[in-house]
Amino acid sequence: MIHKYKLNGYNICLDVHSGAVHVLDDAAYDILDYCDENMTENPPEAMFSALSGKYDRDELTETYEALYELYEMGQLFSPDDYEKFADMMTKAPVKSMCINISHDCNLRCEYCFAAKGDFGQGRCLMSIETAKKAIDFIIANSGTRHNLEVDFFGGEPLMNFKVVQQTVEYARSIEKQHHKNFRFTLTTNGLLLDDEKMEYLNREMANVVLSLDGRKEVNDKLRVTPGGKGCYDIIVPKYQKLISQRSKDKDYYIRGTFTKYNLDFTNDILEMRKLGFDQLSIEPVVSDPKLDYSIKYEDLPVVFEEYERLANTIIESRRKGDYYNFFHFMIDLNQGPCAIKRLRGCGCGNEYVAVTPQGDIYPCHQFVGNEDYKMGNLNDGTFNTDMKMQFARANVYSKDNCKNCWAKFYCSGGCNANNFQYEGDIKKSHKTSCELEKKRLECAIMIKAALAESGDSSACDGEDCIVEVCH
Amino acid sequence: MKAGKHIKTLNSNLS
Repeated sequence: MIHKYKLNGYNICLDVHSGAVHVLDDAAYDILDYCDENMTENPPEAMFSALSGKYDRDELTETYEALYELYEMGQLFSPDDYEKFADMMTKAPVKSMCINISHDCNLRCEYCFAAKGDFGQGRCLMSIETAKKAIDFIIANSGTRHNLEVDFFGGEPLMNFKVVQQTVEYARSIEKQHHKNFRFTLTTNGLLLDDEKMEYLNREMANVVLSLDGRKEVNDKLRVTPGGKGCYDIIVPKYQKLISQRSKDKDYYIRGTFTKYNLDFTNDILEMRKLGFDQLSIEPVVSDPKLDYSIKYEDLPVVFEEYERLANTIIESRRKGDYYNFFHFMIDLNQGPCAIKRLRGCGCGNEYVAVTPQGDIYPCHQFVGNEDYKMGNLNDGTFNTDMKMQFARANVYSKDNCKNCWAKFYCSGGCNANNFQYEGDIKKSHKTSCELEKKRLECAIMIKAALAESGDSSACDGEDCIVEVCH
Repeated sequence: MKAGKHIKTLNSNLS
């Protein structure tokens, strides 16, 4: 299977099952319409008949030979023989956990999927006893996995900062005896950041996700206090201070949400950049389609155009020497995750779970509060392994819309929570999310093509872009 | 990157 498309003046072809990416001239791009999984050494006559008015016969023959060479090398129309790996990891241990350390929040963001902080379960904070049980649970259920990950989430985690500190201290005190290595992350709205918390987060958290929607008028329209006031002026100086003191070997993301109200979200990315941040993310809102600010299928042409504008803005900036990273355009064409990981996706409900202040266990943070998907409880020791297996088997080959999709090794079957929220079935892909992901991938690959053309070695993921004539 | 007259291949093992 191949996927070919034109974008920003580039003719691009992705060979799905090898991962090879080719940039083609017009003749090669057109010839591909007359090729399939059964290419032969001799060019098809239909190709000459259809394209002889556009290209001369010698050029068509020469170009076809170059394509056939790729076919012979397994880099064009390569076969799909991955399904046998799809169930390889169904017995994977739990290695990653979202600890909802707080089901309370000091903001009332209109679009919050956590029902403005409490996930519809009443406002409360996790006790250190429950947090310790969460750490014990992941150690006990992680098998031989060495690297374990815990994300402090909510609600607003800094409303329960003392328990965050105690949880980290507890995990660090027992990790070596269990041959584990914990990696902690935390997501915050920034309101409660002070010097003590900044120093702590910069020391203990491998990644911090800092919520900001971009421009002040955009951020303050939906990210408001219980009294209805915006938070931009409070949080931006705190984020700037935190990042200025953060070691370069630790990650951070300024993470925003875009809605129907700011479909010109490139301007929000540029605002983040102007504020001095360089690790940036902005994502489409997940919400009831009936709400005014929701992004609907009919909005996609506008969103696509905006992703293209953002891609071109990034290329232009890079060529001027200004580097910033956009999370959803990150793609490693040379390696990235192994095919096994790509087949099974984020690990939700299988390798990854979320726990609530009450000790309830859910497949991920977006399922919290849905009683049908409660997997167990830390206090009574229950854990539904049948449900774990249900999620383990939700891979790209068990999802009808995914198995023959060109993007399957990049989106990995999409988000189970989005599928459930919009389609009522974790295996039924949400069409709008799919189209958005495919557009982001097309843009990400095009950026690589554009940067390779201008000799930017990062386009080849650190390899020198040595030009070697081979076709 | 490998570049020919008609085709440039941007990458080199889909592991």
